[in-house]
Amino acid sequence: MADTNRAVEKLQGTFAASLVEVKEDRGDWIVTVAKEAIIPVLAFLKNECAFTMLTDVTAVDYLGKPGDRFVMVYQLTSVLHKDRIRIKAPVSEADCRIESATQVFASANWLEREVYDLFGISFDKHPDLRRILMTPDWVGYPLRKDYPLQGPDREPYKGRLS
Amino acid sequence: MGVNQPLGDNIVITSLDKLVNWTRKSSIWPMTFGLACCAIEMMAAGASSHDLDRFGIIFRASPRQSDCIIIAGTVTKKMLPVIKTVYEQMPEPKWVIAMGACACSGGIFDTYSVVQGIDEALPVDVYIPGCPPRPEALLYGILKLQDKIMQERNSFGAAFGLGERVSAV
Repeated sequence: MADTNRAVEKLQGTFAASLVEVKEDRGDWIVTVAKEAIIPVLAFLKNECAFTMLTDVTAVDYLGKPGDRFVMVYQLTSVLHKDRIRIKAPVSEADCRIESATQVFASANWLEREVYDLFGISFDKHPDLRRILMTPDWVGYPLRKDYPLQGPDREPYKGRLS
Repeated sequence: MGVNQPLGDNIVITSLDKLVNWTRKSSIWPMTFGLACCAIEMMAAGASSHDLDRFGIIFRASPRQSDCIIIAGTVTKKMLPVIKTVYEQMPEPKWVIAMGACACSGGIFDTYSVVQGIDEALPVDVYIPGCPPRPEALLYGILKLQDKIMQERNSFGAAFGLGERVSAV
């Protein structure tokens, strides 16, 4: 944990203007950055702080909550220091795009395709931005909170009495 | 003295339909199409303890050599075109067994990505409920399919183009 602290301190020193929130939750360090700074922050963590592995890329839909609707989540692992850090970046619904992390971590390729497929967040400079789980002709983004569970073409289930 | 038996005592008389039906029901070769946990039970039914081979049922890995497809598991909308292609590659006559709750009705997966029953796409002959059905249930379903095959009419004539095969409902 001490190493993550050092990484977080380095981030605070270098990207003070871009950090939205820094917090620790049960031993996990979570750093929220502005989405314009996501690539420099990820590159800095990889090159200067030994977070060489991108474990997961995902997103959260905060529909109906104040603030931006989506939040991108990047989970990084430092094999050298046996440590982890989570980077978040809010993405608004109106400008639903963020720069692709593939230029820093090659493993972001399919993970970002999954986020694009299920949340509809598009990634600038992504080498191959296609749907990965749903069929190519699918309409809509199923993991968005306003997507009906049983699909848009079916009457929604109203419980046992319906 | 007694009844004259010009044919000897080693002749069995039957109808050609029944003969064809009997050969067909005694050599159902299912296409292996495991999609989910039902496939594990299907494999168990084929393994030594339940031994589908004793009914002449040999799993084939090619649709072109099989005459029955056991839809064993959850059919997603992305998988549906693949199943349709495999089914169309099977030669006539062919039968479909929907194995398990998911293949019958979508099961617990009442969601946007799952086909709500394979009968939306294929003509199902036997539905086997269960989640997953035990190998005995699959066996019972296959025996029911054999009964159904035995009740078919004009299966001999249809084999060389005389009319259509009539399946008893």
